[in-house]
Amino acid sequence: MLPLVLEQVTFAVNGRLIIDRVSMEVGEGPRTIILGPNGAGKSVLMRLCHGLLKPSGGSIVWRGTNGGRRRQAMVFQRPVMLRRSALANVAYGLKLTGVAPRERELRARDVLEAVGLASVADRPARVLSGGEQQKLALARAWALGPEVLFLDEPTANLDPGATRDVETIVGQIRAGGTKIVMTTHSLGQAKRLGDEILFLNQGRLVERSPVDRFFAKPTSAEADAFIRGEVPWD
Amino acid sequence: MNEIAVALGEAGRLIFGLDAKLAEIVLLSLRVSLTAVLLASVLGLPLGAAIGVGRFPGRQALIVALNALMGLPPVVVGLLVYLLLSRAGPLGQFGILFTPAAMVAAQTILILPIVAALSRQVIEDAWQEYREQLQSLGAGPITSALTLLWDTRFSLVTIVLAGFGRAAAEVGAVMIVGGNIDGVTRVMTTAIALESSKGDLPLALGLGIILLSLVLGLNAAAYWVKEAAQRRYG
Repeated sequence: MLPLVLEQVTFAVNGRLIIDRVSMEVGEGPRTIILGPNGAGKSVLMRLCHGLLKPSGGSIVWRGTNGGRRRQAMVFQRPVMLRRSALANVAYGLKLTGVAPRERELRARDVLEAVGLASVADRPARVLSGGEQQKLALARAWALGPEVLFLDEPTANLDPGATRDVETIVGQIRAGGTKIVMTTHSLGQAKRLGDEILFLNQGRLVERSPVDRFFAKPTSAEADAFIRGEVPWD
Repeated sequence: MNEIAVALGEAGRLIFGLDAKLAEIVLLSLRVSLTAVLLASVLGLPLGAAIGVGRFPGRQALIVALNALMGLPPVVVGLLVYLLLSRAGPLGQFGILFTPAAMVAAQTILILPIVAALSRQVIEDAWQEYREQLQSLGAGPITSALTLLWDTRFSLVTIVLAGFGRAAAEVGAVMIVGGNIDGVTRVMTTAIALESSKGDLPLALGLGIILLSLVLGLNAAAYWVKEAAQRRYG
């Protein structure tokens, strides 16, 4: 399925350019962090990659074999839980990919165990805490066994403890061989979780570097200003 | 004043004495209106969901039309159904004019727009929240609509009850297509109209009290179910 190849992708709403001629290739391996100030187009770029939005121009192609099958998943900033149990929320995703009923329950229980939600499996998902809901969203995505997992600011609304849990789970998912593509506005998180940085500014892909080089010696003035403008202890 | 007190007393005696004639009228009312609300829900809820989730030409016009039809005057519906079912009408061969079946048909037509228009609104609001998540999980339009119908079930109960209230309380449509025939098509509202004009206030008042308590009781139950469910499921 990978690599995902974007060529001259633009996205405009009512004539306003949100994504401006972005070309890039996302391959297997490194954890990719999409970084940039608010309004840079990070979330839109991710939705274009995931297929939730259609580009106004350019092309987005999955080059690898098996491209037709949905082997990708996404976790949103604010998780949307169905009005049913945590377990049923995970099983719902599996049902849509055609997993048999008995298998669904087994896999859902396994993945809830893995994210530390086994004890609340039968509780209604919507009454779980924000942190638990985000972990559940990760479980729901993980259960699908995706080749690529897109994460859109998954910890933006979470306290430090829940943020740590989410980062740990992302690490586990990654360890299973899933490619991670994530947006964040936290430089600390980018350093902890990223291997490479895609720096986005005003809809354009300004810089792409390995994470160490990006923070030590950004090549673009915009990235340099962005890094220095951030509070250093975050 | 004294007359009302006497009527109230007589009404109480009819109600608590389980007067056979009164019971027959109440039961027919329930049978007709519950059947109508069942039919209107079976047709109207999927219709509302389809319009809420779907995007097709003429959709906005359809929404406006449905909203407007919520205010259909019962006598007009009665007249239309009368014309359809009368001996010379296109459906005259079935000979169901002046039967409970005709009353069910009229009330179904009356409340179908209410169920469809209000459920469309509820489903569309939920769709705003769920759309990206459901699309990300690979749900198509039909799966999404069914998921939303289930997830908004507590709000939909209120809508179905509003439909029942309207059906049980209307007099114009059932009067025209039913004919208020004693023992055959006489329901609470037509009986109240008749007994009032005849001056038999106790029976009219008794029926009025039953009608009010019925609607009140149903709404109290629905409110309670909804509150409890929302506390439980979030």
